[in-house]
Amino acid sequence: MQINVKIKRFNPEADARPYWAEYTLEARGADRVLDVINHLKWEVDGTLAFRRSCAHGICGSDAMLINGVNRLACKVLVRDLGKRITIEPIRGLAVLKDLIVDMEPFLDAYKAVLPFFINDDPPPPAERLQSAEERAVFDETTKCILCAACTTSCPVFWTNGRYIGPAAIVNAHRFIFDSRDQGAAERLGVLNQANGLWRCRTAYNCTEACPRDIPVTRAIEEVKRALLWRGA
Amino acid sequence: MMRAHRFDVIVVGAGGAGLMAARYAAQRPGVSVAVISKLYPTRSHTGAAQGGVGAALGNVSEDHPEWHAFDTIKGGDYLTDQDVAERFAEEVVEAVYELEHMGLPFNRTPEGKIAQRKFGGHTRDFGKSAVERACYAADRTGHMILQTLYQQAIKDRVNFFNEFHVLDLILEDGACQGVVAYELATGTLHTFHAKATVVATGGNGRIFKVTSNAHALTGDLMSIAYRRGLPIEDPEFYQFHPTGLYKLGVLLTEGARGEGAILRNGVGERFMERYAPTIKDLAPRDMVSRAMYLEIREGRGAGPDKDYIHLDLTHIDAHVIEERLPDITEFSRIYLGVDPVKELVPIQPTAHYAMGGIPTTIDTQVISDGANTVVPGLYAAGEVACASIHGANRLGTNSLGDLIVFGRKAGMESARFAAGEAHGDLPSGVQDRARDLVETMRHGPRKERVAHLRRELQESMQDHASVFRTEAFLRKQVGILRDLNERYKDVGVEDEGHQFNTELLEAIELGFLLDNAEQLVHAALNRTESRGAHSREDFQERDDAEWLKHTLIYQDPGGGPAGDGVRIDYKPVTLGKYEPKPRTY
Repeated sequence: MQINVKIKRFNPEADARPYWAEYTLEARGADRVLDVINHLKWEVDGTLAFRRSCAHGICGSDAMLINGVNRLACKVLVRDLGKRITIEPIRGLAVLKDLIVDMEPFLDAYKAVLPFFINDDPPPPAERLQSAEERAVFDETTKCILCAACTTSCPVFWTNGRYIGPAAIVNAHRFIFDSRDQGAAERLGVLNQANGLWRCRTAYNCTEACPRDIPVTRAIEEVKRALLWRGA
Repeated sequence: MMRAHRFDVIVVGAGGAGLMAARYAAQRPGVSVAVISKLYPTRSHTGAAQGGVGAALGNVSEDHPEWHAFDTIKGGDYLTDQDVAERFAEEVVEAVYELEHMGLPFNRTPEGKIAQRKFGGHTRDFGKSAVERACYAADRTGHMILQTLYQQAIKDRVNFFNEFHVLDLILEDGACQGVVAYELATGTLHTFHAKATVVATGGNGRIFKVTSNAHALTGDLMSIAYRRGLPIEDPEFYQFHPTGLYKLGVLLTEGARGEGAILRNGVGERFMERYAPTIKDLAPRDMVSRAMYLEIREGRGAGPDKDYIHLDLTHIDAHVIEERLPDITEFSRIYLGVDPVKELVPIQPTAHYAMGGIPTTIDTQVISDGANTVVPGLYAAGEVACASIHGANRLGTNSLGDLIVFGRKAGMESARFAAGEAHGDLPSGVQDRARDLVETMRHGPRKERVAHLRRELQESMQDHASVFRTEAFLRKQVGILRDLNERYKDVGVEDEGHQFNTELLEAIELGFLLDNAEQLVHAALNRTESRGAHSREDFQERDDAEWLKHTLIYQDPGGGPAGDGVRIDYKPVTLGKYEPKPRTY
C-alpha cells in the first residue's frame, strides 16, 4: 500500500532550523517503521540520519516519537499506524541531526543513581543465594534497555531537563529491591534530592512509552514508598 | 583535524567480550584503559543473546566440566582444539560465579541457586541424555550480561569513546600500536596509540540475507586485519540457527526447545526423531538446520509455499512460557502476529554466528601463521576471534561462555603485556589508510548504490554459501563477489557532511562485508569435505585424513593459485583425550 511519511529533519551543517520532509512510498503492513526509514535512506535520501542496530527491540537505539508516541522504530509495524506516519526525534534532548539526539544528559542521570551492584562482603566461592521470590521482586526493572523512551515522554522532564527521569529511577529500583545489594540508602539519598524522585507527577506517559512493558510508574511508586519507609 | 590519544590498553568493541576485557585490564594497577565502540555499549549485540550461558555448576542435576568439554569438542565435529575446550569448561564455571557476584540477576532454583536448563548438544556422561547446563536469566541472558558488565564499567570509571568507528589497525614491524578511528559525531579521525589492543567487535552475519545479527555486525575488524596481512581462521564454518522467525531471521532461543518445544514439519511430524533419535530437537544447531532444509526440500515444509517449519510450544504450560520465554513470545506476537501459547510459530534457519575469526592462542594473543607466531600487542576475544574453541560448529550457550572466559583472559593478558612495555613510536602517516578510505568514499562516483550491492551480496550468499554448499554454487559466488568488488569502486554517498554521516559508514561497512564474504566462500570452496556447519553436497563425508586441520586464509592481491587474490594455509588441530568419532546424537 502507499503510505505518507513525514519526518522532522535537521542538518546542523545546512539548516538554520528543523523542517518537515514528506515522502510517499510503497510499504507492507508487516514492515517495521525501521524498514520504512531504512528504505528512505537507502533508496531516496542517503543523508537521512538515525540510529539503529538490532532491529528487533532489544538494543534500544531507535527510540523516536512516532505518531505522537515514543516507540522503537523496529518494534512498531506499519499496519498498527495506518497510512500516515509522522516521525520526530524524542523530546527533551538536543537534536544533533535528524532523528539523532544527544544521549549524554540521559546517561548522566542514569549514572547518578549508582546503577551497579554494591555489596562489599567477600563473595562466597559459588553464587550468593537468592530465592525465586526475592528475584521476582525486581524482575520487571531488569528489562530496561536505556532507550530513553520513558524519560523523553515525561512532561516533567520536558520542562526541567535536570529532573533525573523515569529511566534512572527504574534502574535504581532494579538494585534497591535486589536482596543481595547493599547500596539502597545511598541511591535513595540521590533520589531524594531536589531534581530527584519527588518531581514525578505520575503522568503515566513513561509506562505507556516503555517498549519493554516495564510498569515504570509502579516502580517509581515503589521507590517513593521505600524512601518514605526506609528514609534516606 | 587530527586527534591523538594514548592509553596502555585499548579495547575495540563494547559487547560482552570487550567490557569483560576492559574490566580485567583496568584491575591491573597503573594500567590505563579505554574502550572504543561504534555503538553505545548497551547497543551491542551481546544484548540479543537469549537462552543462557553453559557452565557445569550442577545446580539442577549432576554435571562436570569434563562433560562440557567433551560436548564442545564433539559439537565442534572434532575441529575444536581440545586443550582450549578443557580449559574453557573449567574457567566458565568460575566466570559465571563472577557474573553473579557482579549482581547478574539469574533465575533461581528452589534452593536459591542459579537456575539451569537444557540446551542443544549439552549432555550428561558423554552423550547419554540432555543435561541442564545453561545458566539463564529468562530469555534475556545476553541482555543481563551486557547490562551487568556496563554497570560495572560505570563503577570502575572506564573511559569510553562511543560512536567511534575503527577504520585501521596500526601495525608496525609486525606489532600492534593501536587503532585509527572515525568519530561519528564530527567526522574527525582519531589516533589511539596503545601498548596493547584488544579486538572484540563481534560477528559478520550481515553478509547473509536472513540473519539474527544486528545491522552493525559487518565484520569490520576481520576485514581490517585481513587487509593488513593477517589471516582469518576457519571462516567457512558459519552457523545457521534453526529457529529464526520466518523471513525476518529474528532469533527465537534454543532455550524454547530446552523447555520442551518441538519442531514440526508441514504434516505435523516431529521430524527430529528421525535425524537424532537420542536427543531429538536438542541436537546441535548444524544438524537441526540441515534437517529443516531437507524437510523443506523434500516437500514437507509448512505454509502455502511449504518453505518453513513450525516451532510448537502449545503443549507447554502458559505460565512457563510467560515466565521463562517472555521476549521470544513477544517477538512472535509482534512481528508475525502469532501467539506461541496457542499457535505454531513459523520459523526458518537464520544466519547466526561465525565460528571462525581472527586466530588466537589459548591466551587470546593474535597469531599470524600456522606456527602460532604471535603479533605483539594484539589480542582478540569473542565472536571476532577464533581461539579454536567452537571448531566446526558452536554449541548453544558457548558464545556467552566464550565472551566471558576469553574477554577476561584478553583483559588480563593485554594488561600484563602493556605493563612491561613502553609506547612504541607511531609510524609516519599513521592516519593515511583510514583517511584514504573515508575520502575515497566521500568523493566516490555514485554510479552504484550501496544498498543495491549489499542486497545482491546478501541474497547471493544466502543462495550459494549458506547451509548446503556445492562446488558449482561456490564458484558461481566467487564470480559474483568479483563483480560486486568491481562495482563497489563505483559507489559513493550523497551525504558529504561531517556530522553523523551514517551513510558514509554504511558504504565503508559494505567493503568490510565483501571481504568477509570472500574469506568464507574461498575457504568453503577449498574444503572438500563436510564437517559441522560446513556441508558440501559434493563431499558429504568428514575426511579426517585430509581435513582435520584449521584453515588460515590470507588476502593476496593479484596472487593465489587461481589468481583469486587469496592464499590458504593451515594450522593443526590440537587433539587430546577424545579420538574423532562419527558424530551421532
